[in-house]
Amino acid sequence: MEISRRGFIKITGAGLAASSLGALGFGGAGEAVAALVRPYKLTAAAETRNTCTYCSVACGILIYGLGDRAKNARPGVLHIEGDPDHPVNRGTLCPKGSGLLDVVHSPGRLTQPRYRAPGSAEFKPVSWDFALNRIATLMKEDRDKNFIAKNKDGATVNRWLTTGMLAASASSNETALVTWKVARSLGMVVFDNQARV
Amino acid sequence: MTDLQSQDFIRISASTTTPPAARNHEVEVAKLIDVSRCIGCKACQAACMEWNNLRGDVGTFQGSYTNPADLGPHTWTLMRFTEHENATGDLEWLIRKDGCMHCADPGCLEACPAPGAIVQYANGIVDFVSQNCIGCGYCVKGCPFNIPRISAADSKSYKCTLCSDRVSVGMEPACVKACPTGAILFGSKTDMRSWAGERVEDLKGRGFEKAGLYDPPGVGGTHVMYVLPHADTPSIYAGLPGNPAISVFVDVWKGVLKPLALAGLAVTAVAGFLHWVITGTNEVEENDDRSAADFIKNHEGVAK
Repeated sequence: MEISRRGFIKITGAGLAASSLGALGFGGAGEAVAALVRPYKLTAAAETRNTCTYCSVACGILIYGLGDRAKNARPGVLHIEGDPDHPVNRGTLCPKGSGLLDVVHSPGRLTQPRYRAPGSAEFKPVSWDFALNRIATLMKEDRDKNFIAKNKDGATVNRWLTTGMLAASASSNETALVTWKVARSLGMVVFDNQARV
Repeated sequence: MTDLQSQDFIRISASTTTPPAARNHEVEVAKLIDVSRCIGCKACQAACMEWNNLRGDVGTFQGSYTNPADLGPHTWTLMRFTEHENATGDLEWLIRKDGCMHCADPGCLEACPAPGAIVQYANGIVDFVSQNCIGCGYCVKGCPFNIPRISAADSKSYKCTLCSDRVSVGMEPACVKACPTGAILFGSKTDMRSWAGERVEDLKGRGFEKAGLYDPPGVGGTHVMYVLPHADTPSIYAGLPGNPAISVFVDVWKGVLKPLALAGLAVTAVAGFLHWVITGTNEVEENDDRSAADFIKNHEGVAK
């Protein structure tokens, strides 16, 4: 295609005029409207009720997972917010609760038992069996050594004063009952709940 | 193409498109921030980041509870803490949740030159449409509250959306839901104004005679309102403007200069066309060529 010098200048001028008009707001204003709000991200996400892991207030939370609980979907945690139906917090959360998502996904989060042997400088990942056996062994050793069956007056007391237990705050009534029974049936007296920490 | 009628918008930036007008009964929403009930816990800040998938870089301590130090592309709402000494010499710790006010007459939208980059929905929310944003920063200058921030990473402007995605499905914004003291409320603008009235009465009964609702008329009212114990001096709350209005420069630029420039362009185009019709193009005739050749011959060597 041959373009004369004059023709080239004409085309350039026309282009400049058109783009100036466009830049001033006439160009494609209709198409530019495509103003959609961000799609609501939880429409069909799997919603799970739970209790906040932090303090003893035990706020109800809703955990939203990827997928709709289909067998082949791995429901990684997508979002966490307050449970509006929970009588404790009625949907509200404190700043820690509001940031729970980053606790779940924190690289520093403990996801398996770790063990630092006496004298060792580092923690090593161990199995649950190892951890529970180790705790049970130590508890039994200590209890066998320090259990007080009778006081100085000869009355049966069945006390175990040298080991204590601190239970979680985010327990249901049923969990709390079972926890209490386990601790007390061992004779454990030093027993408290995070609710008072 | 998107059904524009379904968007329920009032206006869009840099456009002459007429907004849909038949469906005029959408509920105007509002967020009411009761400064007197806020304990500064920042749950709203955390909830905002969580919902909107924002994570800023960890900053450094600036000597204030205000953290981070300023709004930013990753901080759409910010608790601003002010240690204020009142007339009787007592310390008042003023805490204000800063963020977009969602003005009825938005200065950002007024100033924005990018078609469709800022939209005002019929429910009152002023939203940024990032895909249309050109990152020029006019919205920052146009905003009477100094809210929008340009991201250095993608050169787009960001601010609070009033969780337009949540509100569009009938939910409250994330900050409102999280607030443990009920200092942030959400509902229709009418309800929020009447609830604010009750709060103001209550505060007045507790000795805050100047308590009042902050819903500045200079920007046509806002969809984020404050209950202030000292409504006579909003500026003590971390520089909340007393009588915010769209900058006169925005009005001059958009109201006078831009139409003038458009008229100038149009007049030039029309004049050119008329000149072409009446006088026609400037033809080169035979004697023009001849006189030019003579001119060159006569001046040969002169230029050298």
